Amino acid sequence: MHFAFTEDQLLFRDAVAELFAKECTPDKVRWAWEDEVGRDPSTWAALAEMGVIGLTVPEVHGGLGMDFVDLLPILTEAGRVAYPAPLLETVAVVAPLLAEAAPSAVAERWLPGIADGSVIATVALDGQPFVVDAHIADLVIVQRDDSLYAVPGASVRRVAQASVDGARRLFTIDVDLSGGDVELIASGEDGWNSANRAFDRGAAATAAVLIGLAEQMIAMTVAYVVDRKQFGVPIGSFQAVKHHLADAELAVTFARPTVWNAGYAIAHDVATMPREVSMGKCFASDAAEVAARKALQTHGAIGYTTEHDLHFWMKRAWSLSNSYGDAAWHRRRVAQLLLDA
Amino acid sequence: MDLTFTPAEEEFRAEARAWLEANVPVGLPSGDTLEGFALHLEWEKKLFEARWAVVSWPTEYGGRGASLWEWLIFEEEYYRAGGPQRVTQNGIFLLAPTLFEFGTDEQKAHFLPRMAAAEDLWCQGWSEPDAGSDLAGIKSRAARDDERGGWVINGQKTWTTRGAFCNWLFGLFRTDPDAARHSGMTYLMVPLDAPGVTVRGVERLDGDEGFAEVFFDDVFVGDDLVLGGVNEGWGVAMATTSSERGLTLRSPGRFCAAADRLIDLYRRQASTGDHPERIAAVRDDVAQSWMEAEAYRLATLADVTGLVNGVGQGARSSLTKIFWSELDVRLHETALRLCGPSAELVDEAPAAVDGGAWMKGFEFSLSGPIYAGTNEIQRNVVAERVLGLPRK
Repeated sequence: MHFAFTEDQLLFRDAVAELFAKECTPDKVRWAWEDEVGRDPSTWAALAEMGVIGLTVPEVHGGLGMDFVDLLPILTEAGRVAYPAPLLETVAVVAPLLAEAAPSAVAERWLPGIADGSVIATVALDGQPFVVDAHIADLVIVQRDDSLYAVPGASVRRVAQASVDGARRLFTIDVDLSGGDVELIASGEDGWNSANRAFDRGAAATAAVLIGLAEQMIAMTVAYVVDRKQFGVPIGSFQAVKHHLADAELAVTFARPTVWNAGYAIAHDVATMPREVSMGKCFASDAAEVAARKALQTHGAIGYTTEHDLHFWMKRAWSLSNSYGDAAWHRRRVAQLLLDA
Repeated sequence: MDLTFTPAEEEFRAEARAWLEANVPVGLPSGDTLEGFALHLEWEKKLFEARWAVVSWPTEYGGRGASLWEWLIFEEEYYRAGGPQRVTQNGIFLLAPTLFEFGTDEQKAHFLPRMAAAEDLWCQGWSEPDAGSDLAGIKSRAARDDERGGWVINGQKTWTTRGAFCNWLFGLFRTDPDAARHSGMTYLMVPLDAPGVTVRGVERLDGDEGFAEVFFDDVFVGDDLVLGGVNEGWGVAMATTSSERGLTLRSPGRFCAAADRLIDLYRRQASTGDHPERIAAVRDDVAQSWMEAEAYRLATLADVTGLVNGVGQGARSSLTKIFWSELDVRLHETALRLCGPSAELVDEAPAAVDGGAWMKGFEFSLSGPIYAGTNEIQRNVVAERVLGLPRK
């Protein structure tokens, strides 16, 4: 039993955190809100250079061939800086899906490009109608019932759907699956299984990002209440403020191990994986929403502006808490798995 | 990351499970009643004789020298088998870690085996009528008696769980009334059969008699009953209270077993076909309670991983205390809603669900956010000592 990350995993995380601190500042997030495309290719290239984009790509295709547990701390760091790019979609969902389910020619066509950063990928699963970053995607994985297809981004017709998180780019898409450049990845029972596992990977990865968002909102709020004075003292000395922050910290503290456990269940193909994933996503969604709410209330009026940075994190948390299944959906899935067995 | 136990640990689990399944008593009355307490003592002695009473202690004191992982496994199996809450817990889980850390060899050799064998039953002496959350405000005095080589205690302790049945009390007494608030206190162990001790039982919210007030009138205790240094009791006591908040008192096994019983209750109530809309309305809360117990188990695995690698919980133990105490309340609230109109039936009423155990458990769970430092105090500790907010 060893329920912690290894030294190597933490060193890798620290290196990625350092890169993010330089490349993905709050000013960069603000730029992503304002710029039409809103995506900075140099950060993606730097991440690819470090091996982050190819983290889950098998070594034979030029990646690091690492597992979902290795990926978790990286995703949490991406959340901490509110990194606005389809890291989760490319690294946590598409690459593992291609590696496990695609015919070798399809895998060979796309995976080396993902690993070297030249292919940005996103995904359109049933029940997830809004496709993240279809405007910059070179590859879109599309589910249609029991079949999964690899579609070049250029062959996808898209309609932008504005998100509350202005740094996020969402689209509804329309694809002609009989097109000559569309490749079948899997169908039938294999297709369902792969699609379900892809959804669970997306949910667990989103949970890991939510932990980073929540931790950062708590950190920003702590800094604010130590600095901000009212009645001649820091507002952080007031018990009402302390208890708001303690509640947020409580929620994140007990969500974190459930998210690690979800990632472990994916990496080790644990028999109860869907239940473990739902538990992690349920706690992470709830924790991020609590952290957002407490952070806003504790910041007061300045938090209720778009001049302050807090809203970048808060709105990302609102987006992701409902993405890949919200807390209520996952709670109900756990109820089904526990009570109807 | 590895979430599996070793073959040796699984063997330990199998041995514990086999013994517990064969020996755990069924249907014991509450250990917080006079009648129940005597029956619980028999069970405790049986545990001790089979060397399951204090698995993590060294063998010389009656334990098995089990690792923290094995202790967690034992606790899981103990509650899974339906084992009752330990009436020895204040001794073995709260005083014992303090004795191991601060006790003299003589104190350890004398008290630990007697505690493990349930020959000495320990209660805590912290709160006083004017000092609850503000523990450093205690006034009970222990005055120096050089002639007899010890201390003379006067004052009162209160809200002493099982004080009416125990024969020993440990707690804080003011030995230097002129010292600053957190200084001048000494940690003493007091025999409750000493002349001058009066114990008055107080009926608890759930009707059990286990609560007590303890009065001290010129009670003499010798120097051999001082734990840690004279006037250094605050630091010694803090070691004990963090045990109470953290791992040792509330291992996840207890909540996981309660969550499994909640699922069993859901299935039984749903299968009656009565009030389907009520059952449907509570269904997600059943899942939530089960998940919270599971989250607590997972958080404990992470904490124990830290402990075996030399990283203690520190002030984060306050988060642990808030979480288990509040999940326990929510779990019982959910159970009562599954019971519906029968929720209020208690004391083996003929139509009660499970004899009324869920209401009793609910009432008991409500003490969790109050004892061992109220959850309001714990939230202050989290804000100040985990997050770094200013005290003033």
